[in-house]
Amino acid sequence: MSDSAVEPADVDHIAALARVELDEDERTLFAEQFEEILSYFETLDEVPEVEREPELTNVMRADEVRESLDREEALRNAGEKEDGHFKGPRVS
Amino acid sequence: MSHNAYITEETIAGEDGPLAGKTVAIKDNISTEGVRTTCGSAMLEEYVPPYNATVVEQVIEAGATIPGKTNMDEFGMGTTTETSAFGPTENPAAPGHVPGGSSGGSAAVVASGDADLALGTDTGGSVRCPAAFCGVVGIKPTYGLVSRYGLIAYANSLEQIGPLAPTVEEAAELLEVIAGPDERDATTRDAREHDTDYEYAAAADGDVEDLDIAIPTELVEGAQEEVTEQFWNAIEELEQTGATYHEVSLPSLEHAVEAYYVIAMSEASSNLARFDGVRYGTSGGYDGNWNETFAKAREEGFGEEVKRRILLGTYALSAGYHDKYYKKAQDARAWVKQDFDEAFEDADVLASPTMPVTPFELGESLDDPLKMYLADANTTPVNLANLPAISVPVGDDDGLPVGLQFVGPAFGEKQIIRAASALA
Repeated sequence: MSDSAVEPADVDHIAALARVELDEDERTLFAEQFEEILSYFETLDEVPEVEREPELTNVMRADEVRESLDREEALRNAGEKEDGHFKGPRVS
Repeated sequence: MSHNAYITEETIAGEDGPLAGKTVAIKDNISTEGVRTTCGSAMLEEYVPPYNATVVEQVIEAGATIPGKTNMDEFGMGTTTETSAFGPTENPAAPGHVPGGSSGGSAAVVASGDADLALGTDTGGSVRCPAAFCGVVGIKPTYGLVSRYGLIAYANSLEQIGPLAPTVEEAAELLEVIAGPDERDATTRDAREHDTDYEYAAAADGDVEDLDIAIPTELVEGAQEEVTEQFWNAIEELEQTGATYHEVSLPSLEHAVEAYYVIAMSEASSNLARFDGVRYGTSGGYDGNWNETFAKAREEGFGEEVKRRILLGTYALSAGYHDKYYKKAQDARAWVKQDFDEAFEDADVLASPTMPVTPFELGESLDDPLKMYLADANTTPVNLANLPAISVPVGDDDGLPVGLQFVGPAFGEKQIIRAASALA
C-alpha cells in the first residue's frame, strides 16, 4: 500500500490483523498519516546490506519447580473468572 | 503548584541502606506490588501488579521511600508525555511547555523537587529527552546492565530502566543501586565480566584531563541554533578543563530514526497483543466472536498513538512487507553499531545535543506524529547500538533548558559519568 495512496480500506485490513477496531475518523486520519510515515520509512531502501554479527547466546537454567504467584494472585486482575480460571467472552 | 506529574501518589516505605531518607519516584510502567501500575493507559487504569519489579525491590532495599508513580506517554509511546490517558504533565522548568517524554512525570518531579530522584525507562530516548527538557540529569544504561523484570514491555530489544536526578553524582548513585545481573531477566549481563565495576558515583569526579571527545556531525547539523549555541559553549568549557574534541561523520545515523520506529513499532505490535481484557485490562464486557470482542476492548482501552504504532508495526511485519521494512531496519541497526564501534577507536566518548530542539509548547506537536518522531534523531541511535548515554543540562535558551548527551562504549558508564560530571 505504500507505493500508492493509503486507502481507509488498507487501514481496515491492518486493523483487523492487529485486532483493533477503529472509528470512522481514525480510519481517515490514519490513512492520511500512514502515507506520510511509510514514505519516510522507505528511506531505509538506501541502507546497504550489512554483515551482522549476532552476539546472541542461549541462557539456560535447570527446569526446576520454583515458588511462583499463587492462583488467586494471578487471577486478581481478571474481570471475569470462574473456578480458578480466566473467563473469556461468551461465544454464543 | 501541581504539574500533573504523578498518576498515583501512594507511599511505599523503604528499608535501610545508602538511599535512606531519599525519595525515588517510579515511572508508571514499572510494576509495584499492591500499587496500581497503569502505563499511562486507560487499558490498565485498574491494574494492580501482584509483584514488584526487580528495580523496585532494589530501591526499597536501598532504603528509599517511593512517593508515587509518575505520569508518562501511554505505554512509553511519545516524546512529550501528552499521550497519557491521565492528561499531560507540565514542564516545571518551562511553564506552558511539555516536559519531554515518555518519562515526563519522572523528570518533572525531580525538576520541581517533589522527589529527590526518579526512575524512568528509555526505549528511544525516553529518559534523556525529558531530562534535557526539564534541566535534570538522566542516564540510559548499556542494554543488559539493569534488569527489566517487572517492566511492562514496549520494545524489549531496545529498552532499559534508568535514573533521573538533579546532579550527575546522584544519578550515578541510583544507577549503582539498580545495576547488576538478575536471574529473572536473561538479557542482563554482569559489568564485571566486561572490564569494569559498579563504582559509578566515584566516577563523578569531574576529571576530563586528556578526555577524547568525538562529535558526530550528523547529530549537530540537524539541531536548532538555540541548541547548538549552548552545546558548543559546553564543549568549549570541557576543552578549557583539559578535554580535546574532533568531529566525525557517521552516515548510518541519518537512518536511525526510521530504523528505530520500524523495530519499536514491530515489537510493540507483538508485546501489546496481550491486552485483550481477559487476564487484565478493560474488557468492555462484550460477548461474541473473540476477535471482534477483543478488537472492541482494544479500541476502547488504547489511545490514538498506541493504535497508530500497533497498526504500523503489524504492517511492517505482515506478509510481503517484512523484508522491505523490518529486515532493512535490522540492517540499519547493525550499520549504526558498526559506525559507533569505529568512532570509539579514536574517542573515549561521543557528544551531541540530547535533543535537536528546545521543549515544544503544550499541544504543539500532537497533530503531527512524524514531527514528534523526528525529534528523537539524536537519542534513538544509542538504543539501536545497545550503548550507554547520559543527558546533562548545559544552560537554557530564553528559559528553555538544553541538554548535552554523552555516549559511551558498551559498559562504559564510568566514562560518560566522569565526562558529564565536569558539567553538572
